[in-house]
Formats: sequence, structure tokens, C-alpha cells
Amino acid sequence: MSEPFIEMKNIEKQFGNIVALAGVSFDVRPGECHCLLGDNGAGKSTFIKTMSGVHRPTRGEMVVGGRTVVFNSPRDAMAAGIATVYQDLAMIPLMSVTRNFFMGREPTRGRGPFTRLDIAHANRVTMEEMQRMGIALREPDQAVGTLSGGERQTVAIARAVYFGAKVLILDEPTSALGVRQTANVLATIDRVRKQGIGIVFITHNVRHALAVGDRFTVLNRGRTLGTSQRGQITPEELQDLMAGGQELVALESSLGGTV
Amino acid sequence: MAAQTGQGDERLQRISLFARMMKRPELGAVAGLVLVTLFFAATADPVMFSLAGIVNFMTPAAQLGILALGAALLMIGGEFDLSVGSMVAFAGLVFGVALTVLGLPLVLAIPLTVAVAALVGAVNAEIVLRTALPSFIVTLAFLFILRGLSLVGLKWATGGSTQLRGIGDSVQGDRLLPLFSGDAFPGLFAWLAERGMIETFRNGAPKVPGIPIEILWFLVLTALATWVLLRTPWGNWIFAAGGDRNAALNSGVPVRKVKIALFMLTACCAALVAIITVLEAGSTDARRGFQKEFEAIIAAVIGGALLTGGYGSAVGAFFGAIIFGMVMIGLTYTRIDQDWYQVFLGSMLLIAVVFNNAIRKRVTGER
Repeated sequence: MSEPFIEMKNIEKQFGNIVALAGVSFDVRPGECHCLLGDNGAGKSTFIKTMSGVHRPTRGEMVVGGRTVVFNSPRDAMAAGIATVYQDLAMIPLMSVTRNFFMGREPTRGRGPFTRLDIAHANRVTMEEMQRMGIALREPDQAVGTLSGGERQTVAIARAVYFGAKVLILDEPTSALGVRQTANVLATIDRVRKQGIGIVFITHNVRHALAVGDRFTVLNRGRTLGTSQRGQITPEELQDLMAGGQELVALESSLGGTV
Repeated sequence: MAAQTGQGDERLQRISLFARMMKRPELGAVAGLVLVTLFFAATADPVMFSLAGIVNFMTPAAQLGILALGAALLMIGGEFDLSVGSMVAFAGLVFGVALTVLGLPLVLAIPLTVAVAALVGAVNAEIVLRTALPSFIVTLAFLFILRGLSLVGLKWATGGSTQLRGIGDSVQGDRLLPLFSGDAFPGLFAWLAERGMIETFRNGAPKVPGIPIEILWFLVLTALATWVLLRTPWGNWIFAAGGDRNAALNSGVPVRKVKIALFMLTACCAALVAIITVLEAGSTDARRGFQKEFEAIIAAVIGGALLTGGYGSAVGAFFGAIIFGMVMIGLTYTRIDQDWYQVFLGSMLLIAVVFNNAIRKRVTGER
């Protein structure tokens, strides 16, 4: 197994007197999909925001590519190859796929006052990259609003990959999607993983996690409840871990095990 | 892979020219312009569409249009500026005082006026960005503040009057004057008149001595704004900042910088209109630019700009302003009572908003 690209060691984060993370350890290797599971309020958001440079950990160490790092901003994290795809905050529906794809990193031609967008290049790259993700766009200047939720996620993922992400953090990419779109996003995750990119897949859906995950880490009340390999854990065990064990056992028996 | 490419190509052909046209934000404005033109072609004296008539309605259209361009860009960037009308009066005051009281030449008075306007724009922007209040309310405050300051300033500069005169004398012979006042290409028009290619008075002088300079500014600025919006990274940032502030920030767009620049630009557009109209009138007064902020926003909206930001075009605002000029001046060529003007404009605005909204929902798949 290859060396981890990112190692988060005993990360703690406090907001005032609230302890959001109480010592979380987590790592991602190139080409794997590491699922981070947890119920609402478990600390998933705080944790990924720490990894993507939004928050600075109160205590703990982050090692990226073998070097200890401190991120002061999301830009630092991006420069280190860590890209985050937020659920709803990545795309602008009224703008074209190309304009979204290159938003903030527009390719230009010419110099000085004649600097202009290289539209032909941008359109070509967008079509190619979307093709590689298995989406045939009608045209590159199609508005993102015309795409389905799953396709939008895919544009965001393709964009992060194209701009050199080595680790991709996906924040609940499937939570708002229907069955078929979810399948598409999971297929995209698989495709990206095969390119050697590490994926952190945040979800609270055990089935989605088991469909693509290589390893599974469960967060509960700001702590990790251990990491398990694919094939070493059953859906029921994961579900129990997420819910903190006991309470759900009682609930599940009353619901006939359908949760 | 080959099969997929084939499929992509096949689907490409389904986009007809018509569908492409439907997607342009300026579609509504073009349709509106055609309608208004047809209306006046049927009801107005044909003189309206002679060269003199066209210059007649294009001049106020250009003065409004320069404001509308700034308003449109700012609206695409997700903000409003209700203070542009008052800004025209305030910039007029600064310009008038610079020329008459301080006795500055144009080469200093113009940069000074533009700089003061840009500063006020930046102040607007800073307040909006720092307080995170809607720009609507912040600039509404400046609508009154600037109008009031113009009144007070004029009284101070003139010793009690609300009109500052004597600007014509103070700029006479200034070498910059032809850039901001009068008509362009008089030689060309004289040449055309000599050959009987345009209408002349009995003494042989052309009826239209040249293109009023504001029309040239209007054309150049429209082209420039369109270039920036569609062909530069800044354009992409403007759309992004107005479309979704958070998404733009997450993608590394300097939203703050973009919005400050847009507020400054809008104020500078107002300053340019002030300079041109003050030079033309030879005086400035406190009512200059009255209610122009609404007309500029209406022109931008008729041009396809969305009230919620992130969508619109400079070319649309261009046509929106021309519709304004046509209706305003056109009614004088008809037997229709001129007081219908505002009814006409209000209806136009309503139709444009409903139409643009429907079209946008269809093409962008927004629900």
C-alpha cells in the first residue's frame, strides 16, 4: 500500500468552550476512496473545513506529502493539491459550463490591454474533461442550470481534477440526488480514483459509502471510532457506529431493521 | 469513446440558430426596439427617421445609455446604485466649481471630477460590503445625500443661486473641448452635404452638422463594456460575483475587488454624463440627472439584466436606452399627448421584466 498523501494526526478544534473535534486522526492515500461517515453534528463539517484550510486546528498536526503544514486559507490548501467540492456552493446556474469550469482561473491570450479570455481553448478543455467523466455536453456554453444535480457535481469534480487536485474532498455529494444521479456521481468517484487521486467522501449514507469506499472512518461526537477496510465491516456495524451504537439498536428493532 | 463523440456531435446539431438567439440576454431589448420602431413608423411624422430625427432621439438616448451601461454592469455584479442621478448633479457641481471658481483647465477639471465620483463610488461600495446591507438601501441614502450636497454646494459657490453659470466662457478654446462637447466629424458631414448626400439648409450647411459627441462615447463604451464582459477574466468575475457570491469566493474570484470597481465605474459613468451635459448647457444646476437612476436601471432591465444579478448584457442596456430615447422624443412627432410617456415606459418595464424572466427560466432550466 502506498504512503498517505495527507495525514491528519490527533486534530482538535475548539470554538470558544465548545469542543468540535476531540482528537481525530485520518489519512488519505493516492488512488483510494476514504469515506468519512458520521451523523449530523458529529464534526464532519468542522473536520473537512480544517483539512481544506478554512479552520486552523487548535491542536494536532497535518502532514501533506511528508511535510508538516499549516494552512492559513483555502488557497493554501488548494495550492497543496487539496480541493474541496461543496455540495451547493460550487456552481453558478446562470453561467455556462465553460465559465463555471474556469471561474477564478481563466485562461488568457494576449498582453496588456489586449489580454482576453482564450474561449476556444476553454471550450475545448471543458468538452474534453466532461467527456472523460462520461458526460457528453450538448455545447460548452450551455448554462449549468440546465444540468442535473449529479452532472453539476461532476463538473465540479472534473474542474478540481483538471486544476491538479491530488486529494478531492467531496462534501455530501450524493445527499441531494436521486438514485440514478447518485449512481453517476459514484461512478465518477470511481473514475477519478483510478487516475490516482485520493478521495475523501463525506456522507451519512452507509450504502453510498460501501458502494465505492476502500476504507471507512466513522466520526461521532468529535472523535473517530476507528477505521476499517473494505470487506471487514458490515453495513449494520457501520450504521451502529454512526448512530453511537445502543440507541439505534432499540430504534431499529421497533422499525424492523429498515433504517 | 468514438460512439460517445458521435453522439455529442449529433446532439450539437439540434441547437438551431433560433435557439441560440433566444439565449441572448439582449433578445428582449431587440424585440422591444423593433416593436417601438414599428409603432412610430406607423404613427409618427416620417421626419423622425430622417438623419436629423435619429440624431434627435439618439442624443438623450446616449446620455441615458452611458449611465445604463454602468448600471447594467453593476446589476450583473449583483448590486444596485440608486445614487447615479444625484451623482450626475454632484459631479456637475464639482466640475462647474473646478472650472469657474478654481479656474482649472479641462485637463485638470475632468480628472478631478472623475476622481471625486470614483471616490464616492468607492465609499458606497465599502459601506455595502462592510455592513452587508442591501446596496439598494445604502445608495438610496446617497441619492438624498448627494442631491442635498449639490444644492448646498451650488448655493455656496454662487452665493445663493442653485444654478452655476459661466462655464461656456471658462472653457472657450480649451483643446480638450472637442472630446467632450459638440459634434464629431463636422468635415465629413460638410463634405456629404456638398455632394447632396445628406439634407441641407438653404444656405448649403448640413442640417446635421456632425455626430453629437455623446453618441460616440456611448458606442465606444458599449463596445468596451461588451468586450470586458464577454472576453476578459473580469467579465467572468462580474457574472460570478453577481450569480453566487459564495460560489465565486470558493472558486477564488476576488468578489470584493470586483464590486468596488463596479461601484466606482458606475459613478464615473455619471461623472462623464455630467461633464458632457454641463459643457453642452454651459451651466449646471441642482436638478441635473433627476430620476436618472431609475431610468438607467429600467434601461438595463429592458436590456435583459436580472434584478437578482448574474445575468444581463451591455448590448441590451444599449438597446434599452435607445428605446427610452425613441419613446421620449418620438411622441413629439406624433399626435399623441406627451404625457403618455411615463405610462409607456412603465408598461415597457413591466413587459420586459415578465418576458425576460420567462425566457431566462426556459433557457437556463432554472426552476
